[in-house]
Amino acid sequence: MENIDVLITTPVNPYLEQELDKRFNLIRLWNYPQKQEFFKNHSDSIRGVVNNPWHPADREFIDSLPALEIVSSYSVGLDHVDLGYCKGKGVKVTNTPDVLTEDVADLAIGLMLTTLRGISECDRYVRSGLWKKGDFKLTTKFSGKKVGIIGLGRIGTAIAKRAEAFNCPISYYSRSEKPESNYKYFPSVVELASHCDILVVACPLTEQTRHIVNREVLDALGPKGFLINIGRGPHVDEPELVAALVEGRIAGAGLDVFENEPHVPEELFGLDNVVLLPHVGSGTVETRNAMADLVIGNLEAHFSKKPLLTPVV
Amino acid sequence: MADDNNLPAVIIHRLSDFQHPLPWPKHTIFNPIESSDPLYPVHRASARVLIVIPPSPLKAEHLDQYPSVECVVGTSAGVDHIDLAECRARNIRVTGAGSAFAEDGADYAIGLLLDVLRRVSAAHRFVRAGLWPVKDHFPLGNKAICLVEMDMIGLFRWWHDDITVLGEKRVGIVGLGNIGTLVAKRLEPFGCTIAYTSRNKKPQIPYAYYPTVLDLATNSDSLIICCALSNKTRHIINRDVLTALGKKGVIVNIGRGALVDEKELVKFLVEGELGGAGLDVFENEPEVPKELYMLDNVVLSPHRAVATPESFNNVMEVVIANITAFFLNKPLLSEIDLNDWC
Repeated sequence: MENIDVLITTPVNPYLEQELDKRFNLIRLWNYPQKQEFFKNHSDSIRGVVNNPWHPADREFIDSLPALEIVSSYSVGLDHVDLGYCKGKGVKVTNTPDVLTEDVADLAIGLMLTTLRGISECDRYVRSGLWKKGDFKLTTKFSGKKVGIIGLGRIGTAIAKRAEAFNCPISYYSRSEKPESNYKYFPSVVELASHCDILVVACPLTEQTRHIVNREVLDALGPKGFLINIGRGPHVDEPELVAALVEGRIAGAGLDVFENEPHVPEELFGLDNVVLLPHVGSGTVETRNAMADLVIGNLEAHFSKKPLLTPVV
Repeated sequence: MADDNNLPAVIIHRLSDFQHPLPWPKHTIFNPIESSDPLYPVHRASARVLIVIPPSPLKAEHLDQYPSVECVVGTSAGVDHIDLAECRARNIRVTGAGSAFAEDGADYAIGLLLDVLRRVSAAHRFVRAGLWPVKDHFPLGNKAICLVEMDMIGLFRWWHDDITVLGEKRVGIVGLGNIGTLVAKRLEPFGCTIAYTSRNKKPQIPYAYYPTVLDLATNSDSLIICCALSNKTRHIINRDVLTALGKKGVIVNIGRGALVDEKELVKFLVEGELGGAGLDVFENEPEVPKELYMLDNVVLSPHRAVATPESFNNVMEVVIANITAFFLNKPLLSEIDLNDWC
């Protein structure tokens, strides 16, 4: 397969690159700052693309690669891939489900604990020498807080399982009620928000879920409520969230994703009730390598005409 | 004041520097007497119950000031500031906080562990410093696209080779008391392997037991220290234990600073011989070894593991319940077995 041209869009993982290099003729998009030159020389031969949430596979991109057969996304989310267009053109799409479920759920709990208990602020307090002047303030207990999850899929369920061990009552919103689940269902996000202390975004990003957390939801969450976003930035109306935090209309937020990564609204930098992470939900060595293995496994399967491991389209 | 004369006096033992985070209210059960009270000298001699505000020490010389005390009521998770042997010798009973702080303590321990393993606070600092988008100079073709590409590369500058999964870890709990038990319960759904050491093996506990901390460390990737400080446990985490835990090992301490040989711990961390640490307590608070400030694999906390209004309200309830029981000659709620300690 060393003759097959595969394009990787972003330097996400050295292990992924190295393994792709062994198997294919790997072309690194970032080595070509001159996009026109790149597409002139390579576009006809590229049969596979490895992309990620920061490099969309939209119509324009797909059309620029006439020989494209497969898009293997290094992510579980697929809002950055025009699935309908790929299907229409016969381009296969794969993602990396399941391998990152536990990591993202772990981070969601870590974000909740660090945000509610002020662990980052505590750390800053010590490092700045302020402890010598007096005690840091009290923070709010995490155990027993009502956790409301938007989206009870793999990740939402894993978060619920963990939060339950902290005696957190769990409720959720989903497109449809899940009768096999023991958790309390709310038919709208606003109702969910008004009945929980910690609102967690864990659903896929689609046309319907864009800005699913809006002003109305934030108002319902209220001044004692916390928002945790480990989904996608566009799930939340970011300017409304910033305003709610700056004005103290919600108690705090733990955010791993933003509408326009890597840009984070600077108004948030000065708030001590907000924790900001650079999209690290799946960011552990083991998981990133497992994701890489899935990407490679899918590409190998496709080019050997075997069934894809994790096809989406 | 007339009402107060009918209520039994309870001395609030507080050395002047140490302020309880919440004001001590009047109660319908007892009359709290601070050292500033004009009647203090009278009550000091006759009071049968003493409430200790941590970390005010209660040693022999203090107990000498309270000749009538029969019961000392602790208000903190730790009781190492109270000379328990002295209390036993004087037939003074001592009550602890029971499980008042257990949930918050366990939550904080897990929070520190996750924060260290996933570098949450370090990542937060990174973003807050404006480092996520990295502006660099590159030959510009289409300027807008180039800047975006550079930002993408900056995004992955965050990558750390040592950020690892909790679920595959072996977590060892040092001390399976009120807090340790809840730590274990919270860890279960994360999928990690849980083991513990304790003074005695606990029946009906499903986790693996190791008789010594060294054995536990040898078989663990992370250690969570939730045991009490006593003569037997001082520096229980020493060089041998840190070596056994290994280069990728992580220590979380929400017990007492003196449980750990702090000099050794700092050395191990600075030299890269230990994977990381989440520390809420230190040997000489509020002094924290400055060498730790530069490390991204360390989370430092100013003794706040149980610092929530909920915990303080819980302990107030425990205190009142113990004092009520004492004056009604009923069994105390959370009496400490002094034979265990001495």
